[in-house]
Amino acid sequence: MALLRVTSPHAHGPASTQRVMQKVLLATIPGVVVMTHFFGFGTIVNLIWACIVALGCEALALKLRKRPILPYLNDYSALVTATLLAISLPPYSPWWLIAVGVTCSILLAKHLYGGLGYNPFNPAMVGYVVLLISFPIQMTSWAPPRGLEQVPTLFDAFKACFWPVAYDGVTMATPLDVLKQNNSQLIEDLYRTTPQFGSMAGVGWEWVNLAFLLGGAWLLYQRVFTWHAPVAMLIALALLAAIFYDGGSSASAGSPLFHLLSGATMFGAFFIVTDPVTSAVSVRGRLVYGAMIGVLLYTIRVRGNYPDAVAFAVLIMNFAAPFIDNYTRPRTYGHAGGGSKG
Amino acid sequence: MRKLFTFHGGIHPPENKSQSLAQPIREAGIPSHLILPLSQHIGAPAKPVVTVGERVLKGQLLASARGTVSAAVHAPTSGVVEAIEDRQIAHPSGLTTMCIVLASDGKDEWITLAPTLNYLECQPEEIVARIQAAGIAGMGGAGFPTAAKVNTPPERKVETLIINGTECEPYITADDILMQERPQQIIAGVKILQHLLQPGETLIGIEDNKPEAIAALQTAAEGSDIEVVSFPTKYPSGGEKQLIEILTGKQVPSGGLPLDIGVICQNIGSVVAVEDAITLGQPLISRITTVTGEAVTSPGNFQVLLGTPMRFLLEQAGYLTEKNERLVMGGPMMGFAVPDLDVPIVKTTNCLLAPTPSELPNPAPAQACIRCGLCEQACPASLLPQQMFWFAQGKEFEKLEQHNLFDCIECGACSWVCPSNIPLVQYYRASKSEILFARQEHKKAEQSRIRFEARQQRLERGEAEKAAKRAARKQAAEQRARDTSATGQTGEDDPVQAAIDRAKAKKAAQQAAGSSSESEKQRLEDNVASIRQRLEKANQKLTQAEAENSEHVDALRSGVDKTRAKLEAAEQALAALSPGDKDKVEAEPPVDAAAAAIAKAMAARTAKAELDPAEQAKEKLRALELRLQKTRDRLTQSRSEDADEKVIEALEASIHRLQDKITTAKADLPTAEAD
Repeated sequence: MALLRVTSPHAHGPASTQRVMQKVLLATIPGVVVMTHFFGFGTIVNLIWACIVALGCEALALKLRKRPILPYLNDYSALVTATLLAISLPPYSPWWLIAVGVTCSILLAKHLYGGLGYNPFNPAMVGYVVLLISFPIQMTSWAPPRGLEQVPTLFDAFKACFWPVAYDGVTMATPLDVLKQNNSQLIEDLYRTTPQFGSMAGVGWEWVNLAFLLGGAWLLYQRVFTWHAPVAMLIALALLAAIFYDGGSSASAGSPLFHLLSGATMFGAFFIVTDPVTSAVSVRGRLVYGAMIGVLLYTIRVRGNYPDAVAFAVLIMNFAAPFIDNYTRPRTYGHAGGGSKG
Repeated sequence: MRKLFTFHGGIHPPENKSQSLAQPIREAGIPSHLILPLSQHIGAPAKPVVTVGERVLKGQLLASARGTVSAAVHAPTSGVVEAIEDRQIAHPSGLTTMCIVLASDGKDEWITLAPTLNYLECQPEEIVARIQAAGIAGMGGAGFPTAAKVNTPPERKVETLIINGTECEPYITADDILMQERPQQIIAGVKILQHLLQPGETLIGIEDNKPEAIAALQTAAEGSDIEVVSFPTKYPSGGEKQLIEILTGKQVPSGGLPLDIGVICQNIGSVVAVEDAITLGQPLISRITTVTGEAVTSPGNFQVLLGTPMRFLLEQAGYLTEKNERLVMGGPMMGFAVPDLDVPIVKTTNCLLAPTPSELPNPAPAQACIRCGLCEQACPASLLPQQMFWFAQGKEFEKLEQHNLFDCIECGACSWVCPSNIPLVQYYRASKSEILFARQEHKKAEQSRIRFEARQQRLERGEAEKAAKRAARKQAAEQRARDTSATGQTGEDDPVQAAIDRAKAKKAAQQAAGSSSESEKQRLEDNVASIRQRLEKANQKLTQAEAENSEHVDALRSGVDKTRAKLEAAEQALAALSPGDKDKVEAEPPVDAAAAAIAKAMAARTAKAELDPAEQAKEKLRALELRLQKTRDRLTQSRSEDADEKVIEALEASIHRLQDKITTAKADLPTAEAD
């Protein structure tokens, strides 16, 4: 009788890449629901269209690279990329904007480097930055949140996406924009007089961030990633904001709470920074990596040209990840010194 | 409560231990044939001491340990040695190895066992010798000879003796059941080790998923200084290095031994075997093996004879062949798939796992690494498995070594957690063997380089010596030529000296050849020589006395007679030595021949000296003519035989030289006659 010859271990844990990706997708649901509540169906339409384009691009790339198409499509990684990019894009973006972004993410950032696991830069953020630099107007036009203006209907959302010339949407500066432009009012007055500001941060935005925090907490609970990078990033951001808050003068850059709950902070912390492929690998490395993203995020928000900066901060640190890895190797069992030699 | 530590990483795979704990230990019985590999342990294989066809008794030594890091093999039952041949064994690479095949006779007849050792009155060496004689090797899986492990150098103090009852691998319960059923014996065994090693403290480490075992041992250990320590269940707590860290907080230095930090670990099974060896005098001939998995209907633990074919043991547990695709020796994490059902149970077989395909499914195809870092979080050695995977794929061996590949204990935790189903451990194993192979090759290359260089040097030195000798010879020849021209002689070698030299050389060669009883022979020869001398002297005195008509003649004559008798006795003694010593018999005549040659040459010289110059000259001429004749004969012969041209040339040259000499000799002759 021929017995099977396989090497140990013979048992395997329950984890699979597919399941990891599915969990990430599930964890975006609270955030997407809250975004839809405040900004209408724009995000949902973004999502649907982005996913279609992503699967198409993925299949094309796999075909060109002569890889089996179905098993790879099945790993959900393209859907995760598309979802993350779709959430980052302004709702009611035109179809071509989304298509260009997704194509850049999948073909340029992912498959040109060898596909899943081999990309040095976060694909969703590459797509986002390509769009931000190429189409700054479209990329900085955010719809006003519910409560300040009428929220467009589902039909409007589809029209905005697929027949953009016929769509006449309203846009409004985001709280981060407002704060960046402000140089006359005390922070306290700004909150009182400007409609975009809510009780903690921006109207709508504070809840969107809390919803993504909830999704992120669930992923942590599910052990999809460790707390090190996101927590390090949030602490670094809050710390810098606290240091430079200066009590809320007209030159203030905003309170720690404002920064934590504005823009893409929570989404970035739990869905972008935690991308395993492009981040540092060791525990210490992830602490450094996350903290540096927090520092860059604050610096670019306050000092740079852009109101938000998750994409830039992440991409810059993607560059640095291998370097961080080299200098934060854990001490192997039975070895005396740290593993800092190159 | 003792302060416990923890190690980095670890996993919690399903334990699956309850299946095999439902029943007490069962006897597996005696199979018709037992296959006993000579190498069931780490180190040199044992050396067979029985022959094919020999009947052996249960417990009889079949193969003895070869050196200290080796373990003896004993007959697990009585029977006949059927073969000593290569058989397939349970080895990850499907290796075959020398095995003693024993056909059991069913009588199970014991050999007379070594008596009980009262270890309290024994020297440590005696205990170690007994452990070694019993052939005990670490029964947790690695199989390091126990005697070599407990034979600590006296200057190395053992601070902590750790008994490893962790058994962290899923499915395996062999140690658990031993602890539950035989706690007294375990404690007795531990006390023997305590006496032997004199440790500062003794700990029995058990995972907290074995409450019965913990309770049993705690009861048994009451009143002793043995501490039973339980700690949270986590794979691989039972790894020696991990267990040491949990219990002491110390880490074994990379590439070092636990003893380097004053720790010695022993497995529960080994402790029981030690107790058997000391108090019962029994060698290691059986062990407890867990048989489990969904492909057996009656899983449990068996007391099984070493060498039992796995098929026999599986059948005792209700083996369902058709449901089993792979058979694992050991646990699901670190065990290996056995190639064949007929391979034997050995000293390290703690478990036979016969899973159904649904129980342990075949590995799914590997996907790309997404660097999720789960492996790093699971690694008990704090390595970076995902980085090492990259380097292993790219065959970047230098970087792998920098990332401490060789500290990987191959526990399989990284592979277990990997969401992409990458067989990480397999990559590390392959890389390790490739690196080791490269190191060996490098070593070989280095050795041959050294050998080549040494040879070159030797050749050069030889050349230089030859050149020096040639130069010396040349100089000597010139010197001789000058001397002869100064003394007016013909430059011929002194025949006496030559004969002496030849004799000496012969004697030296003969002495080198026959070395046995050389000194005895020498002594007798000396004896004979000295008596002979005395006899000669006595004879001389006697002759003188007779010539002088001395009154002492009678006394002298009786003295001569006595001495002659002594000489005869001595010669007889010498002769008596000779028959048993062929060398000497054969060697004796040449000595005499040499002596004769010396005598002949001496005589010739004396005769020559007595001749008048004319006669001398004639004599020389005759000798030369004789040599010339001989040389001509040889030349003719060489030509007829188509000999080497060089030989012919050399002969022609010597003929010319002889002719010249004859001419000079003839020229000398008339002058000599004229004198």
